[in-house]
Amino acid sequence: MGALASKHLLAIEDLDATEIGTILDIATSFKEVNERTIKKLPTLRGRTIINLFLEPSTRTRTSFELAAKRLSADAINMSGSASATVKGESLVDTAKTLDAMDADLVIIRHAMAGAPQILARCMRASIINGGDGKHQHPTQALLDLYTIRDYFGSFEGLKVGIVGDIAHSRVAGSLLPALSMLGVETVAIAPPTLLPACPEVLGTRVSSSLDDELSSLDVVYMLRVQQERLERSPFPSLREYAGLFGLSVSRLQSMKKNAIIMHPGPINRGVELSSDAADAANNLLLYQVNAGVAVRMALMYVLLGGESDGAVA
Amino acid sequence: MALLLENLRCIDPSVDLDMLANIAIKDGKIVSVGPDAAIEKGERRDLSGKIALPGLMDMHVHLRDPGQEYKEDLTSGGNAAARGGFTTVLAMPNTSPVISDGSQVSYVINRAQNATKTRIYVAGALTRGLKGQSLAEMGDMYQNGAVAFTDDGRGVQDSGILRLAMDYCRQFNVPVLSHCQDESLVGKGVVNEGVVSTRLGLAGWPAVAEELPIARDIALAELTGCAVHIQHISTAKGVNLVRAAKERGLPVTCEVTPHHLFLDENSLDTNYQTSLKMNPPLRTKADTEALQTALIEGVIDCVASDHAPHAAHEKELEFELAPFGTTGLETALSLVLDRMVRPGLLSYQLLISRMAHAPRSILGLEPVSLAAGSIADITIIDPNELWMVGNEGWQSKSANSAFAGTELCGRATDVYVGGYASLQNGEVL
Repeated sequence: MGALASKHLLAIEDLDATEIGTILDIATSFKEVNERTIKKLPTLRGRTIINLFLEPSTRTRTSFELAAKRLSADAINMSGSASATVKGESLVDTAKTLDAMDADLVIIRHAMAGAPQILARCMRASIINGGDGKHQHPTQALLDLYTIRDYFGSFEGLKVGIVGDIAHSRVAGSLLPALSMLGVETVAIAPPTLLPACPEVLGTRVSSSLDDELSSLDVVYMLRVQQERLERSPFPSLREYAGLFGLSVSRLQSMKKNAIIMHPGPINRGVELSSDAADAANNLLLYQVNAGVAVRMALMYVLLGGESDGAVA
Repeated sequence: MALLLENLRCIDPSVDLDMLANIAIKDGKIVSVGPDAAIEKGERRDLSGKIALPGLMDMHVHLRDPGQEYKEDLTSGGNAAARGGFTTVLAMPNTSPVISDGSQVSYVINRAQNATKTRIYVAGALTRGLKGQSLAEMGDMYQNGAVAFTDDGRGVQDSGILRLAMDYCRQFNVPVLSHCQDESLVGKGVVNEGVVSTRLGLAGWPAVAEELPIARDIALAELTGCAVHIQHISTAKGVNLVRAAKERGLPVTCEVTPHHLFLDENSLDTNYQTSLKMNPPLRTKADTEALQTALIEGVIDCVASDHAPHAAHEKELEFELAPFGTTGLETALSLVLDRMVRPGLLSYQLLISRMAHAPRSILGLEPVSLAAGSIADITIIDPNELWMVGNEGWQSKSANSAFAGTELCGRATDVYVGGYASLQNGEVL
């Protein structure tokens, strides 16, 4: 058996705190591999991994593809425009078709919540949720946890604030429950129109004042703000949003001395992050991207049956 | 033609009846009910151990005919009604095309004559094409047999149009059936706004988006004098609005579905069961409790199934893409028997009121009763029959039941419509 109780990673709740620790530990050894000149291991040679990306994505798909290739798996990309779904095929039929091709692992990115669960029901492969609608994005949470743990050494005593569109964010949908599972104090900071109906479900407290919270945070996690919509925008203007919830130059000054900035990318310069904040030395945005490949390698490794020791031969 | 149903417990509160008796039927009508009721010659059926009720009516069903016969048609829908213990149903107008003129009403009524023994009444559209913009030809539809008007499936968004429609409808003395949904508040909502929408990352359909139109419709009933019947009420606050309206004597009635009575949002989990995707959505546990209480009290007048058949391939989609609705004709009576009558929450007398008398009274139809002179529409149940929902398949063409796999006790075994059996010993005829 593998190192995990679950065959899939459909939502962050499929893992417990110990399993999260195991994945992060394995990721550490893969991260070292990624720093070598020859960034390749034979670990998943002969295994077939399909990146089923039915919603536009560049960074996540690239990260998964690199992770699969660095483990020597045969990685195939199927994107929304190339897949059968635009021809009117149902997701169930797409899944059955891929199943008939004996895929070992499928990563799915989809605009609708619950799509990974549909795949898990009708395929033999392990399924990784690469982001489903407004629900979850568990591998983003794992790479964020990796980044936090690596920087601070442990999760103990930390306080994490997530700022932005919590209500519609799959990143927050996975990260908040994950931090709660690990005993980390969190606060979701946003105007009430961007807060979820029942934040307690996500294990978090809410606040609508960044200025009240900022100076007590160890991690300031900024979410990408949706570009302005003309109708029914949940805030009056990007200008006002940036004024109330953006990480401005002056707010950078009121952060704790050792605090870090994180962001799932892509960033909107001048909206949630001022250029100073985007380029600040304590902004770990690119470190997150770097860790993402190693964390996804670790996850693929454990889901496809690897033990927690001996990952790196 | 003569028929004697023997040794039944016969219950009908409208004639103060609850006794072990026989029912004698001749030429489609009940000729006598009593321990000594007899016929000279004809068919006799011993139904010992069973209970006879006035024929039940479901005033909210989608039979999909014309236009979506792959989901249901008048025959399969009529058979599903019989299997579930109903003699009579009211078909909603959101077919394809929408029932919005007299010829379309008579088309359905005429087809139903040959398609099924079940009595099928027709509700016509309130606004043309259910678009909520201009009045449908209510007079023409009324003259051709429509018994109510509704845009069911959509709420009328424009209060001015609804006021106009209710003013106009009043002349026919039939009710407006109202689907209460403020689209500007619901948006793309697919589940109750709250714990489950947060947990599953789905857009929320807030209770207030139903309660606000309920309050508006009550105000318009008062203004226009037109009777309004609130469909598939699903929240405790909505019930309180109706309660207050009734206390003031306004012409307001309402119905509740079995799924809103007996299921709450917590049934939805990360399996994203599309069989539990309803409109309005499953609400909270507290709402289900308030709905049950209101049904017992009579603030909720009747149970209606909102039978909404959908093909398997339509429901086997991503939750947000799958259509709303569950089938209900074949399970509604059993659910009320199992969950409310059996535990003693609802008497048979009240069950009959809520599932036989109230729907006909709301729609102004001829009442049925277990008494000499009444039309012989009779539902006969076995209160002890145990069955597993869905195990033996469906009469409906569709299998999208929210209750599939549930074990229930109590079920219709025989149904008579105008003295003819549409269901006999559990077999649809």
